[in-house]
Amino acid sequence: MLLIECPYCGPRPEIEFRCGGESHIERPGPQGEVTDEAWSDYLFYRGNPKGEHRERWFHAAGCRQWFNLKRDTVTHRIVEIYPMGETGSAEPTW
Amino acid sequence: MTSRYSAMSLIREGLSGQRGWTPAWRDAEPKRRYDAIVIGGGGHGLATAYYLARNHGIANVAVIERGWLGGGNTGRNTTIIRSNYFFPETAAFFEFSLKLYEGLSRDLNYNIMFSQRGMWTLAHDRHGVEILRRSANAMRLNGIDAELHGGDAVRAQIPGLNSSPRFPVLAGMNQPRAGSARHDAVAWGYARAASALGVDIIQNCEVTGFLIEGNHVRGVETNRGTIRSERVGMAVAGHSTEVARKAGIRLPISSYALQAFVSEPVKPCLDTVVLSPATGTYLSQSDKGELVIGAGLDLYLSYAQRGSLPWMERAAAGVVEMFPAFSRLRFLRQWAGIVDVVHDSTPIIDRTSLGGFYVSSGWGTGGFKAIPAGGWCLAHAMATGRPHDLATAFSLDRFRTGALIDEASASGIAH
Repeated sequence: MLLIECPYCGPRPEIEFRCGGESHIERPGPQGEVTDEAWSDYLFYRGNPKGEHRERWFHAAGCRQWFNLKRDTVTHRIVEIYPMGETGSAEPTW
Repeated sequence: MTSRYSAMSLIREGLSGQRGWTPAWRDAEPKRRYDAIVIGGGGHGLATAYYLARNHGIANVAVIERGWLGGGNTGRNTTIIRSNYFFPETAAFFEFSLKLYEGLSRDLNYNIMFSQRGMWTLAHDRHGVEILRRSANAMRLNGIDAELHGGDAVRAQIPGLNSSPRFPVLAGMNQPRAGSARHDAVAWGYARAASALGVDIIQNCEVTGFLIEGNHVRGVETNRGTIRSERVGMAVAGHSTEVARKAGIRLPISSYALQAFVSEPVKPCLDTVVLSPATGTYLSQSDKGELVIGAGLDLYLSYAQRGSLPWMERAAAGVVEMFPAFSRLRFLRQWAGIVDVVHDSTPIIDRTSLGGFYVSSGWGTGGFKAIPAGGWCLAHAMATGRPHDLATAFSLDRFRTGALIDEASASGIAH
């Protein structure tokens, strides 16, 4: 069970949250110039690292705010929590 | 020395103090070069090696496994075998797998304890009934056995099912030929049969890198030295991303933890497999008497082979709602495996942009039932360089062309 520190509500159990997947993925554009490869990459390919991962979480059963967190996918330790629109302290591994 | 299993050899060994049995497979030291290397000593990897040797005459093969045989998802699933898929491509593939399972004990000379006890999928509302009817019709059109029954017939055939649950059972679909098998025996049986044909099985051997020259794989680097081969196949489930990355290949995979539980063992009380997607119940009874309970995915990336408590509670709640008598049972063990989920819940069996490097992946939460066909098709691809007819749609390219086979929604795969 993860204990997630919502930046707005404080520590809450994981059942209140929903994970929205990898953070900082930009939609490629403009639409007419995007190759099939780039579009496929955007839709389906993720870093999926064994180690630290930056991901978006949604406090679905709480304040209903989105935020970012960095979590280790092996130990599940939450390393960092930061607001949407920011990139946190480290560059992505992928 | 006794290496072939039969009633006669059992009697003979019984009379001579059981001293003549030979090890089921050779624990091999890696050679410098092989005709093919299979990464991953689970069911898929071992089946691939076996079919490379048996179907294609390529027996100079190494299976390299980081841990021990069948210690990953092969030993962590709920052991259900079925072919209740929707689209023609997947239906044909999984039905072929089920048929191979039906003859597997004889083929491998190893009892995998495949028990075709049927599998029930239950519907609890009108829309669920509609979808079940659609599923059953699709299966029958694809030549697969499926029966649709009303609520009364379901209750008459599933012992212990709650007669008045909160969400009443309106209908059920049975696939009579579905069932369960002993998962360890599948890995061990393939290992033994492959080893007998000359395949080297190398445990405690982790791939640390790939030898690549001129965009073609030439071998793998391992903690037990360099092993050369012009053909490398990968069947490593949840670790597909990490291993393929070492070869410079990206895969459209996300790794999640899927957990399962067994209760304490009790006398035989449930003679079929029950899936109720709406209540989160996935239940069967093992030959040892334990209730085997499957849960859903923890929907955030995980490489930790353990699941979360909320899903444990949810799975237990579903079981207790559908089978009130089981509320007194205690959990005996809980574990998780790391599954390789792709967007459309349909596997990938394909070559890659690196010459000689093949992947079998994307099995998600349903790889066990696919072991024979997955091994068959990966072996075919590695031996011939072309996809098997059953696996042409399972390409990596579909994520670029958009020709997805969306079983995630079509056959109501729970995750």
